[in-house]
Amino acid sequence: MAQHKVNYTQDGGLPVALTSIDKIVNWGRSNSLWALTYGLACCGIEMMASGASRFDFDRYGTIFRASPRQADLMIVAGTLTKKHAEFIKRLYDQMTEPRWVISMGSCANTGGMFNTYATVQGVDRIIPVDLYLPGCAPRPETLQYGVMLLQKKIRANKAGNAQKAKRLM
Amino acid sequence: MRAYTPKDDVQAKAYYTDRYYVAPQVPKSEVETDEVFAADLEAIKAKFEVKEAYIQVEQMVVYINAHDIYGVLEFMRDELAYTQLSEMSAIDWLAKDNTFEIFYQMLSMEKRKRIRVKYFIENGQAVDSVEKLFRSADWSEREMFDMFGIEANNHPFMKRILMPYDWQGYPLLKTYPLEGDEFAAWYEVDKIYGKEARDIIGPEIRDTATVDRYDSERFARLGFEVPKGTKITGNEEPHVDSYQEDGGIFLIKKYDKESSVVIDDPQR
Repeated sequence: MAQHKVNYTQDGGLPVALTSIDKIVNWGRSNSLWALTYGLACCGIEMMASGASRFDFDRYGTIFRASPRQADLMIVAGTLTKKHAEFIKRLYDQMTEPRWVISMGSCANTGGMFNTYATVQGVDRIIPVDLYLPGCAPRPETLQYGVMLLQKKIRANKAGNAQKAKRLM
Repeated sequence: MRAYTPKDDVQAKAYYTDRYYVAPQVPKSEVETDEVFAADLEAIKAKFEVKEAYIQVEQMVVYINAHDIYGVLEFMRDELAYTQLSEMSAIDWLAKDNTFEIFYQMLSMEKRKRIRVKYFIENGQAVDSVEKLFRSADWSEREMFDMFGIEANNHPFMKRILMPYDWQGYPLLKTYPLEGDEFAAWYEVDKIYGKEARDIIGPEIRDTATVDRYDSERFARLGFEVPKGTKITGNEEPHVDSYQEDGGIFLIKKYDKESSVVIDDPQR
């Protein structure tokens, strides 16, 4: 005999919420975006600030993970050098699908002010990017807004569909 | 008052273009004007050939022969109390007379003096490593090899230090373009995806201000965001992008300005 008896006739019915598979899966995905710690330069400081208590990423369910196997969001925060390019590709490949990428700051977007031989001119030359955040460096509020937009983007897609290849590789 | 210069295209063109520019020299003075330096120079001259010596900005500059460098630095470290090698590298004079100038910046904490030891080598010639004397020369000589292609004999690990091992070219040479040569431009694409991916990825966009509003593969125009790969005609209606769908989402209530209350007294 259950100690807490559930009155199924109260409040108009059973303790059940009806929804669709798409909605419940996307709700789970969008509210538990585990991000890979990817601070490459000064943008990484802003990313760390976003995760710390003042801006508090945890309330979005965004928790930084130190392993690509446990992450489904890669925030590329900083300058990507050509020497490092193969490693970002390898880490991206190690992340499980579905996976998303935020390019944070001018350097990751376009190479920024580093118009030189050693800097990749935009991280989207190596991996597909979902969201570009402008700024040098973007404030934590920008990153928060970016994560919210990404959540909305995730919820707008069909959960069952396999991720479309964004670039033919 | 400063003279007026037109600033219409000041951002468009680089204000400094001459990469072979040689800065004017600050005044030099005789070594005899400083008795500590004069005594040091006499001691060096007694053992090694000194081609030229002068004082510039309170530092003595000594030119020696390239093959003497290990002996000179060992002598300065053990006998003259110049116990630190704070910096060493090379200067590219290839355009002038096909030589490199190698400099060693020495510091004596005891005497509170600095001496710069210099010599010239021909292009393609190697230098003698001083890594056995000063551990700081280990990485400095590797950096010199990385940036100028000057090898150091008897170095324990003569490999590139900053650039990848499979890099081609020496970036600090004056002839090396700042934005990189053909190899540098395609380095990451060739290495990760192979040469056949060049056509798909395309060349680097070096003007960071470039925005193509008809390209939906990269940035979106603010207020005109479309899904990736959509054909943009230019007649799209602007829209305000809220971060949450109308009516809220599953299990999360949307903030409604009308039904919310502003608390006047925060203490209540």
